[in-house]
This record gives sequence, C-alpha cells and structure tokens, in this order.
Amino acid sequence: MRPKALAIGCAVLATAVVLSGCGSSTAGGGKTKLTIGLFGNFGYAELLKEYAAVHPDVEITDRTASYSDHHKNLAAHLATSSGSADIEAVDTGYINQFKATPDKFVDLNTKGGDQLKDRWLPWKWEGSLSKDGKQIGYGTDVGGLAICYRRDLLQNAGLPADRDQVAAMWPTWKDFMAAGKKFQKKAPEGVKWFDGGPTVLNAIVGQASVGYYDKSDKIVVGENKEVKDAWDLVVDGVNSGLSSKLLFSTPVWNTGFKQGQFATVTCPAWQMAKIKDQAGPEAAGKWDVTSVPGGGGNWGGSYLTVPKSGKNIDKAVELAAWLTAPEQQAKVFKSAGLLPSIPKLYEDPSIVDYKNPYFNDAPIGKLFTDAAKKLNPQYQGPKAGDIQTAIGNAMQRVEQGKQNGEDSWRQFVGDVQK
Amino acid sequence: MDKTARRHRWDTKFAPYGYVAPYFLIFGVFGLFPLLYTIWVSMQHRNLLDEGGAYVVWFDNYGKLLADPYFWNAMGNTLSLWLLTTVPQILFALFIAQLLNRKVRTRTLFRMGVILPNITSVAAVTIIFAQLFGRDFGLFNWVLGLFGAGQIDWQAGTATSHIAIAVMVVWRWTGYHALIFLASMQAIPSSLYEAATLDGASGRQQFWRITVPLLRPQIIFSTIIATTGNMRLLAEPLLFNPGAAAATGGSDRQFQTAALYLYEQGFTNYDFGYSSAIAVVLAIATVIVAGLGYLVTKRIRTE
Repeated sequence: MRPKALAIGCAVLATAVVLSGCGSSTAGGGKTKLTIGLFGNFGYAELLKEYAAVHPDVEITDRTASYSDHHKNLAAHLATSSGSADIEAVDTGYINQFKATPDKFVDLNTKGGDQLKDRWLPWKWEGSLSKDGKQIGYGTDVGGLAICYRRDLLQNAGLPADRDQVAAMWPTWKDFMAAGKKFQKKAPEGVKWFDGGPTVLNAIVGQASVGYYDKSDKIVVGENKEVKDAWDLVVDGVNSGLSSKLLFSTPVWNTGFKQGQFATVTCPAWQMAKIKDQAGPEAAGKWDVTSVPGGGGNWGGSYLTVPKSGKNIDKAVELAAWLTAPEQQAKVFKSAGLLPSIPKLYEDPSIVDYKNPYFNDAPIGKLFTDAAKKLNPQYQGPKAGDIQTAIGNAMQRVEQGKQNGEDSWRQFVGDVQK
Repeated sequence: MDKTARRHRWDTKFAPYGYVAPYFLIFGVFGLFPLLYTIWVSMQHRNLLDEGGAYVVWFDNYGKLLADPYFWNAMGNTLSLWLLTTVPQILFALFIAQLLNRKVRTRTLFRMGVILPNITSVAAVTIIFAQLFGRDFGLFNWVLGLFGAGQIDWQAGTATSHIAIAVMVVWRWTGYHALIFLASMQAIPSSLYEAATLDGASGRQQFWRITVPLLRPQIIFSTIIATTGNMRLLAEPLLFNPGAAAATGGSDRQFQTAALYLYEQGFTNYDFGYSSAIAVVLAIATVIVAGLGYLVTKRIRTE
C-alpha cells in the first residue's frame, strides 16, 4: 500500500511541476499571451476578440474582479513585482494612490503616449500624470452623471414619467428629495425613492468644487461645507424614509434591481451596464435616464496602466492604446454605455444621436455628452477611494439606526484624520 | 571490518537527522522564517507600495496598537465569536457523534455526510449564508416572519451579526469534530456501559458520566483546534457584507474580527508595519485563549 501511495503522490507532484512550468508568457506556436485585469463591466469582450482577430500573434485573457478586490490585488502584486496582469485597469478613486509610485508602471510617454495626448480631455490626461511628469495610464471612460429611474413606479405614484418633466421636477438635490417625499406617500410597500444614502451622497459630493482633498493632498472633508451640506441633505432623506438602505454594488443591492425596490438610482454612465445586467431583460423599457440634479458631475471613470513587471510591455502598451482609442471608446459607449473621455467624440453624430432601447430609447448620447461638457473635474487625493468607503459606512450607520447624523459625521471625520 | 563498523556508527549517528530534516526545512521556510520576519516588519514603519521608505521604529507600532480602540473592538468581537462558536461546536459535535455511534442503517453514509460542510469552499458557504441572512429577502427572516417575529437586519446589530457568523462557523466545523469524537467513542470498552446498565444508569447518565469524561483528550484537542481557527477568523466576516466596505466588518465595525482588522490595515491602508504588529499580538492572544480553553476543558473529571 505505502509504496503505491508514494508513487501516486510523486506522480501528482511531478504533474503539478510540469503544469506550472507551462505558465510562461509565450505559449507554443509563438503567440504572445497578454492578460488584462479589469473590474466591473468595461465592455471589452467583443473588442478583445476583434483585436485578436487582426493580431493573430497575440492571445488575450481578461480577468475581472470586484472593484475593491481588484485594486487591492493590484497593490499587492505591484509591491511584490509579480503576478500583475500585462494591462491593469485603475479607477479614479485609486489613480492618485498609484501615481504616487510611478516607477511601478511603464511611463507611457516614453512609448509614444506624448503623441496621443491630445486625444483625451485635458483633465483626464492629467489625472494619471505623476508629479514628475510620467504618464502611467491611458484614460478609458469618464463618469458623467445622470439619474436612472423607473417610469412605471413614478407613474403609479402620480408623478410625471416623461424624462423632461422628471428632470424639471428636480433642478436641485433639494427638489429631488422633495419629489421623493411626494413619491413615498403613494409608493407601494417596500418601494423607496432611492437605493441607498451612500450612493446618492457620492453623486452630490462628486459635483462639489472640492471633494475630500484640496490640491495639496490635504484631507479637507471635515471642514468642507459643501460635503457637510450634502451629508445633511441625504441624512434628512434617509430619516424621511426615502432610502431602500441597500449598500451600493453588494448582492442585496443587485437583488434590489431585480425586485424593483427603488425608483431612482444615480447613474454615472457606467452604471447603465450594471442596471442592465442586474435588472435583467424583464425590466427592459421600464427604466429611463434623465439629467441629474445640479447639472454635471463626475463619479468614476478609469485608466489602463501597464505595470513594469510585465513580460510583454510593448505589446501591452499597444493594446492599451488601441482599447482607449476613439473608435474603440465609441464602440464601448454603444455596447456598455461607458462615456468616452475623448472630447472629439462628443461632437460625433453617431454618439450624440445614440439612443438606448433598454432605457426606453433614452437619448443617452445627448444626455451624457452634455453632462461631460458641463463636467467640472474634482481633484481626487491619494486615498479618495478609502474615504468614500468611510463616508459610506457613516451613512449606513444612520440608515441602520445605529447613530444619528451628527454623531456618525463626527465619527467619520475622526476616522479619516487618523 | 573496522571500516564497516565505523560507517555503521556514522550511519546510526547522523541518518536520523537526515530523516527528520525535510520537516525542519519545510517548517523553517514556511513557519519559522515568516514568523521571525513578521516580528521584524512589525518593528518598522513600512508601506506596501513604498518598500524603499521603510525604517525601523522599534515598538512604536505596538504602543499605537494598545491605544487603538478599533483594535480592542476587533479583539472583543473575536472573543465574542470564540464563545459563540466553540461552545456550540463542541456540544453539537458530542451530540452528533453519540447519534452516529448507534447501530443505524446506512450509518457510513451519515458519517460521510457530517463531513460534507467541512469540505465545501468557505467562500461558497459564506456567500450562501449571507443570502440566507438577508434583510429583505433572506430565508431566515422569512421563517421568522411566519412566527410574526418581523424583519431582522442581521448585519446591522452587533449581536445579530455575531450570531449569523457563528452559525456559518458552527455549520462548517461541527461535523469535523463529531468524527473525531466518534472515533474515540468507539474505543471506549463496551464493558463500562454494560456495567453501568446493570447498575441502572440511564442513557443520559452514561453519556455524561462515562462517554464525556473518557473523551477528555479529544475535547481538549477540539477546543484548541476550534480556538486557533476562530482567532484567525477572516473569510466569514469579510464575505458576510461584500462590497467596497467589506474590510471594516460592517458600518460600525460591529463584526470586524482581529484578523479582519489586520487585513484592513495591511491591504486597505497598506500599513504593513502596523499590520504585522497586529499579527504578533494576535499570535500571543491565540496562545493565551487556547490555554484558557485548555484549562476549562481539563476540568472535565474522569470518575
């Protein structure tokens, strides 16, 4: 018995060794293997196939993780200089953190990036430019803001459902909350005005001239009146019973779409892909999109970076440039709704006139390009993503009835100053 | 002749070291070195993304840690979960082992069945239980609703979230301990029970006066295993509330365990020095708590 078990064990071990040896970057047949690390829905599935078709020497695999897992993994991989994908996406909330260590990434300016610079919105280009002038990422989308809403639920509550009338109902966020209180009076049980306080708060904070940081990377959220006013407004909305109390992008939030638990959700352009994925085909046409209270605003948007530890840097840079080129961004906008970061496209009729049948033929092309033009980019500091998490937790404490607005705010301010 | 004798002496002297060497090599690489390195890192200021900027601060991280209310909150949660998981685990496992020790049909099937929860992926278990404990559409709330108990927001409260997490842990590990108990139950001579039956002892009396005392070594073993497992409880609280805020263990850290706090400091704040200090303190705490568990279970008397 013994020797046999030992032999089997050796065989297993030997196989494992052989298999792990196959994980090298160049597969048989001279194909270059590229990996791309993403989070959420970038709308790249078709594009990657298209690219592989014209570049038969390249084989691309994408790996998608959740938002926070993705960025945590990336940090760990960068720290150990191993394991990162050839191309790694980085969200606005994390880009400042990563651009503080530009040496971990390929300086795209040395790979022809300086030639492409004029493609992007100037602030998008600068968003991933390190203090010493190294460009660590090509911009993908920007998060122009809108509001997505359920036509049927608004109608049932006696509110207008037509998108222009809906927009006229909420020129400001205060009006938005007032409309919510009206809605709540006639809403069926279990249906609330918005998905959750943290989501709404993020959208309002995203419109502020200054967010969590000032431009010298000092955390100013505690003194920032704009943020505190937004906080108070949302706390009032929560206390008035307008919130479904679901935490953004969790499984219960996804269920909320399926079950129609809320009538509105703040819609950065990338949110539409999420809604479509979560609400499913049976909700097609029930959703609509209209402009956000307070005009433009930005929430999210990403960059494609090329970590220096990669084995196929040149091919990866080429792919990243291709994926973020105007033609591809236009395609992604039409397939997944991600708003391009390329201003030239905001005049392109195929984009401006684009309507989305899932969202009741909403003219999202016009809506989002208008939002993007009004967009006033807010400076994001190194730990903006973490502060956003902390303020979300603070709002959740109010929603769960654990603390009142003031106590929770104080705890939040204390937390971020630690 | 002389030569072979010397070779023989050499062989008996050094060969045993050769035989045990692989264990010590592996332990050195995967056990001892990480341990010492963690202690070394815990005395530094060190950021994960900026390894060049590390410098030695000696015991500053520990001073900061002892004054950190969130650390003590996490330790409190860990101890609460230790009580909520270890005690039911051992009791249920004893009970199940007792049932499996009887002569029932298809008992091999049952015995294999109790280990099934243990070999299921912890991520899958947690995600499913998180759904079951859902506030609006969770199964447990639905059942409670049938009795008019209303909706419980399991994640929001400290006690409710601890109960939910403890259920996941107990569900996963009870079968494992039950099999250990079952194995040693079968080694108890049946003459003891026969004598007790003649003396008129009931089944319950036999269980508490014969079975449990004779199982003392296994109960001590199980308690220590459960304790060390619980002290590094991470996946269950982490996945109970997935999303951007997962590492804080709830909106008010109500179910953030010490291991989860370590994870937050290490992989959200990238503060590796501080995170390592937590690891060291947690290791010491594990030894203390396991010792406590040992002392309690040792009091089981063999009569």
